[in-house]
Amino acid sequence: MKIHEYQAKQLLSRHGLPVPLGIPVLHIDSLDQVVHQIMHETGSETLVVKAQIHAGGRGKGGGVKLVKSAEAARQAAGQILGKHLVTHQTGPEGRVVRRLLLEEGVSIARELYAGILVDRGCSRVVVMASAAGGMEIEEVAARMPEAIVKEHVDPALGLAPFQARKLSYALGLAGTAARNATAFLLKLYQAFVALDASLVEVNPLVVTSDERVLALDCKMTFDDNALYRHPEVAVLRDLDEEDPSESQARGHDLNFIKLDGSIGCMVNGAGLAMATMDIIKHFGASPANFLDVGGGATQEKVTAAFKILTADPDVRGIFVNIFGGIMKCDVIAGGIVGAVAEVGLRVPLVVRLAGTNVEQGTKILAESGLPITTASDMADGARKVVALVKGQVS
Amino acid sequence: MPILADNKTLAVVQGLTGAAGTFHAKQMREYGTKVVGGVTPGKGGTVHEGFPVFDTVAQAVAKTGANTSVIFVPPPGGADAILEAAHAGIGLVVCITEGIPVLDMVRAKRVLDASLSSWEPSKGSQTLPRWSAAGGAGGLPTRCNLVGPNCPGVITPGAAKLGIMPGYIHQPGSIGIVSRSGTLTYEAAFQITELGLGQSTAVGIGGDPVKGMDFIDCLSLFEADPQTKAVLLIGEIGGTSEEEAAAFIKANMRKPVAAFIAGVTAPPGRRMGHAGAIISGGKGLAADKIAALRDAGIAIAPTPADLGTTMAKLVS
Repeated sequence: MKIHEYQAKQLLSRHGLPVPLGIPVLHIDSLDQVVHQIMHETGSETLVVKAQIHAGGRGKGGGVKLVKSAEAARQAAGQILGKHLVTHQTGPEGRVVRRLLLEEGVSIARELYAGILVDRGCSRVVVMASAAGGMEIEEVAARMPEAIVKEHVDPALGLAPFQARKLSYALGLAGTAARNATAFLLKLYQAFVALDASLVEVNPLVVTSDERVLALDCKMTFDDNALYRHPEVAVLRDLDEEDPSESQARGHDLNFIKLDGSIGCMVNGAGLAMATMDIIKHFGASPANFLDVGGGATQEKVTAAFKILTADPDVRGIFVNIFGGIMKCDVIAGGIVGAVAEVGLRVPLVVRLAGTNVEQGTKILAESGLPITTASDMADGARKVVALVKGQVS
Repeated sequence: MPILADNKTLAVVQGLTGAAGTFHAKQMREYGTKVVGGVTPGKGGTVHEGFPVFDTVAQAVAKTGANTSVIFVPPPGGADAILEAAHAGIGLVVCITEGIPVLDMVRAKRVLDASLSSWEPSKGSQTLPRWSAAGGAGGLPTRCNLVGPNCPGVITPGAAKLGIMPGYIHQPGSIGIVSRSGTLTYEAAFQITELGLGQSTAVGIGGDPVKGMDFIDCLSLFEADPQTKAVLLIGEIGGTSEEEAAAFIKANMRKPVAAFIAGVTAPPGRRMGHAGAIISGGKGLAADKIAALRDAGIAIAPTPADLGTTMAKLVS
């Protein structure tokens, strides 16, 4: 799960990490009061107005503005709020900015990078730092991998102080700044573990002209599997940043991702679901979604899944590909028939069933009298659904 | 002799009395697996569906001689269940549970790899060979093979089914299967059975980013197993296990290997169901994996409908 920058900074601050003074603006009405409060507390008229969306590259896209007066802050906020912000991570359609972060301006001496994630290659948490702050870490990794220093953490010990010191000195810091950076990294690791984060990136991590070390920007994502033990994180979900069909699917405990093709897919198992998308592409069309109904789906869950597919105006054909293991084919068939009875069927439907209770499932579909095309295997099914959808076009 | 599971396997089911544990323990027994008992804290001393229930894995091992555990414990207790099995001296732990927090697995895996220096993390795979019957000396954690979590399990057709896969789509044979996906493994086994080849052992290693045995561990067991004539590897996007497997096959394997990688059409930055199936930071692309496997001389199935036929061509 992703959260906004201002939420990440609030979490960091709660874990004792230094961040600039900042206040989110969720409604334009509160803007003046927020501007006044920050200026009053810092004694400075310099502010940063930052668009809050779940995508990077906001600065280059015009979503971050440095201003030097209350009037300029109002003007910048008016320009950004409600705007479709397009960055290299949003796609051409961009994202609507619904929230702002107003922050004190900081006098920056150096821009660094700090990041923590699980290195799956060795099953350990890795703390990374780089002197090339402000650049995307992928770009640094590709162009000058030697600029990234790493420490792997023994989970039984946590990040050891000497490891944090090694990182700080490797960044070329000294004196107070090095001590502050070491303390920052140690606390950042503690926050990462305490919150079950899957990624924390502080980019840039800045050293101020008075040698403080601050998180000027912060991106955090969380392990969905661990959200059950972090209600304080789970409430930070911003549904406006998610595709509505994905939110709806999550409500039914379905794994669903919206894609830009025309063939809706319903599959059991993540690997088979991906493979089904691939075989549709192989036969010349594109999947409209990834949908894994899971192993132990009920008829209600299948019905809900099917409704999400039929509600999508981009879907011009549906391919159901099931290999029953725990999942029984008759449950799938019953769910499909139930959904069609409720919402109708406006596009061609191809169903391939194999595995547990395949005979009962096939019988339910045949006896339903619905215009369903059956397939003998996944290649046959993919070929048929692609042909049916292409037939519609021509 | 197939790998990991055979007719000497004595399995205990952790989380036996839950719905999934009960259903699959019975299915495993029906298949012919020697399921010698179950573990549910608080229900020790009772009998559930004909299985003796114990409070702890240690008690189950002491009373039944179990050498294998299959875990159906809910996610919050999943990693702890793995550690309990390892501590009790279980030699093979198959963790079916889906949804265990990643950092729980990081800690559990650290214990399983405890013979390594803690400053030198393992390179993703456990060093082999370590497959042995149960028996941790002195009650200390022993080297323990973990399969999973978030996996369908291990099946040696005709001998033992340790997991949730449908038994009837398998038949004894000579093809080893190792896969990160559940239902795609069934698809593979089914296609291979239809072609009359059968499987030596099929291992679903699971879709999580931090897990027990990886491709390389299973590949080296298959290479050493006289019953296995060829291996089918099923990978997916995310991580670099397939690239490492390709390098291992090139350097160490004489048996033919075929492969399929799911997720050619998956968009970057999105978790495709499995926690581990995500393209991030330009890494984990299907195209890179396929290129690495091809470079190692491995036959690639062009579509998931060609898993069986691609394999059959290599052994005909």
